[in-house]
Amino acid sequence: MNDSEQPSSAGPAGPAGPAEPESVPSPTAHEIELAVHAGESLNVPPDDSRAAAQAAASTATTMEVMEANPLRDPRDKRLPRVAGPCVLVIFGVTGDLARRKLLPAIYDLGNRGLLPPGFSLVGFARRDWAHQDFAQITHDAVKEHARTPFREEVWKQICEGLHFVPGSFDDDGAFDALVMALKEIDETRGTGGNYAFYLSTPPKAFPVIIQQLKRTGLTKPPAGSWRRVVIEKPFGHDLKSARELNQVVDSAFKPDSVFRIDHYLGKETVQNILALRFANTLFEPIWNRGYVDHVQITMAEDIGVGGRAGYYDGIGAARDVIQNHLLQLLALVAMEDPTAFGAAPLRREKEKVLEAVTLPEDLGLSTARGQYTKGWQGGVPVRGFLEEEGVPPDSKTETYAAIKLEIANRRWAGVPFYLRTGKRLGRRMTEVAVVFQRAPHLPFSKTDTEILGQNALVIRIQPDEGITVRFGSKVPGTAMEVRDVNMDFAYGEAFLESSPEAYERLLLDVLIGDPPLFPHQREVELSWKVIDPIEEFWAKSDEQPEGYPAGTGGPTSADELMARDGRAWRRL
Amino acid sequence: MTSFLMGSTTASEISSQLTRLRHQVGAPAVGMVLTLVVVCDESHQYDAVRAASEASREHPSRILAVIPREREEATRLDAEIRVGELTTGEVVLLRLYGELREHADSVLSPLLLADIPVVVWWPGDAPEAPAKDPVGGYGQRRVTDARSARDSVAAIRSRIDGYTPGDTDLAWTRITPWRSLLAAAFDQPVGKILDGYVEAEPDHPSAALLAVWLSQKLDAPIRVTESKGPGLTAVRLRLDGGEVVVERHDSRTATLVRPGQPNRQVALARRPTSDLLAEELRRLDPDEVYEETIRGVAQYDGL
Repeated sequence: MNDSEQPSSAGPAGPAGPAEPESVPSPTAHEIELAVHAGESLNVPPDDSRAAAQAAASTATTMEVMEANPLRDPRDKRLPRVAGPCVLVIFGVTGDLARRKLLPAIYDLGNRGLLPPGFSLVGFARRDWAHQDFAQITHDAVKEHARTPFREEVWKQICEGLHFVPGSFDDDGAFDALVMALKEIDETRGTGGNYAFYLSTPPKAFPVIIQQLKRTGLTKPPAGSWRRVVIEKPFGHDLKSARELNQVVDSAFKPDSVFRIDHYLGKETVQNILALRFANTLFEPIWNRGYVDHVQITMAEDIGVGGRAGYYDGIGAARDVIQNHLLQLLALVAMEDPTAFGAAPLRREKEKVLEAVTLPEDLGLSTARGQYTKGWQGGVPVRGFLEEEGVPPDSKTETYAAIKLEIANRRWAGVPFYLRTGKRLGRRMTEVAVVFQRAPHLPFSKTDTEILGQNALVIRIQPDEGITVRFGSKVPGTAMEVRDVNMDFAYGEAFLESSPEAYERLLLDVLIGDPPLFPHQREVELSWKVIDPIEEFWAKSDEQPEGYPAGTGGPTSADELMARDGRAWRRL
Repeated sequence: MTSFLMGSTTASEISSQLTRLRHQVGAPAVGMVLTLVVVCDESHQYDAVRAASEASREHPSRILAVIPREREEATRLDAEIRVGELTTGEVVLLRLYGELREHADSVLSPLLLADIPVVVWWPGDAPEAPAKDPVGGYGQRRVTDARSARDSVAAIRSRIDGYTPGDTDLAWTRITPWRSLLAAAFDQPVGKILDGYVEAEPDHPSAALLAVWLSQKLDAPIRVTESKGPGLTAVRLRLDGGEVVVERHDSRTATLVRPGQPNRQVALARRPTSDLLAEELRRLDPDEVYEETIRGVAQYDGL
């Protein structure tokens, strides 16, 4: 992907260009950058800025350059995809996500030899830290959470590239300091002006951060280098706010430089859905309304809202999980085959199927919601949602949501897709179950097949990643009796001992600039179009969501939803 | 870990014992992705089986170690089955005495898992044409190790004579991190390389492979020179007005030098055999770049 210099739609960079440091020896990448900035704001003759841009280009990595690399050979499958030299800037680096996932993932990438030489990591947060403090925090996070063994030499390489910039997001001085720090890193580490900004912050901080990045000119890459931004869910809380959020991001970054992380899409088993469907002949012929009875997509959590109560109240299970994770899973399971495995063809097919999703007419009969009450969870007594700290005692936020969707196309017409998610359920489990129709004719007597269920193909996403196929088998003995058995492919059993964590894969894709695993804004909007009518319907109702005791399988209204269709949820 | 010794046995007895053990433990042979046959002598056995067991954590496998013993003894097969903690799969050590030494393939055939690939690995001496060897013939992939040969550079130079697609050598696997780092250094345009050299301890087959790979890809003469080691110590590539250098002295961390850029420290540790084997098992299709490189090594005069 070539991020060539293009005028941004976002007006002039503003008067507050980066301040020039006092003395700079001999021409450097730093000066070249300054020249580019000067070219933008002061209208120096175009010749100069072009020369500067060319000089900058010689220090930058683009896909074209990588393809021209004489040492790279598509047949040489041993050489890993390695990102070009770059800097990753994490805003909100003191947060839980950064400590538990991002910093360890960066170490693991380094340990697998996937980080470029000179890779640097800048932490930005409101803490009175020096570089050493940040290094210490990172060290501890890596020791505690990294998946690969700790190696001194890898740590040394990463540690050399660690920087910390203290400040709050509305502090102009702090962002000017960030600009200086990045310039210095370009000089000392040869990162060529390639920056990825990871906004690991609540969404309400996005506008101010992006405004600051715009003000300091950090959103505009010099020719031949790139600037990317990574944002985490939630992408808004309805269609309108999603569009507003997108406008903020769009005003600063080109659409192909925006990476929306849905960490589910980085999971091996989720990517394996595509391999299962499109690399085999065994499944695709029966993957349609002719054979499939219905599909159940479940994400059950055993934890409560805990520390997220403040955020969770008013959001609820449907917005928190169904809008992103479950609808993405639905898209992958239901989409047609993409023409190629690139970002554009994949997104095109996902969008098509999301567009075809329709809601049943009577939302009262085809949705269910619940709120957990106190009960026993895995042998431990736990509080109900309304008793959780930070939750108002009259909260109507749902902690369980189940919805029935249909897909209006030739492949799926008439096949319901049941989506459910909840907190404080009996077990932690995420799976996609494709349940097949019963055999049209059974040559056995009724008693022989009494306990035979429907065939099913279950994609287990977590925990215990794998695939289960359920089918009938004869019970050994002289009598003919057919009973359900499972055939199990345990992906996670040992394949995954050191396979990459979702964040590792996604971070690497950001640094390489490879977007297939990131949802596009259009998908986000299409998902909100599915969820918004349901949320409006629920908001109109005065009723409290139905209570369900913690540690159980959800509210009875959800079971009734299935029972009306003559079906039942799979046991959690 | 549980281990069972079976003296003077047959392959079918071993096979039924494996089935019985699996039923007892309650773990059928699901999830195994390949059969790994290790052909080695008794002195290599411990290290080789250990490395294979560690690699099997990434690639759950049935590991069959074929250990030829005294030719003069009466013909017999001794087996040792290990299941449990050390490995995710099963390990069977097969000790072949007397005439049976020449018929290892007959012992193996009932023990290979059905429908999944077989990889044969010779940690020590390897046949000249691995694919033509009766045991090697079972393998979809055949892994040799030139470093264990008495004259390891000669061994790597003659690999092409017995080459069949699917052959590979751990001397080639050892340089993947070097090649990866050098490729990353060339992701930013460098300019035409005029010449260069690879520094390594004497008689180092990987150095020859690296030099030939570089000279083929960069179309420039790259020579091998000796250093005190350990292993590979440096690659120096000269270009107009500068050089690209990767230098490693402590066998852990390397320095990357490029014109116009600051020097950078990069982790570049020597890897244990289990890691090499795990890399080898990751892709089972023929390695065409390896073939080109050993073809080049056979004609190479820069040693």
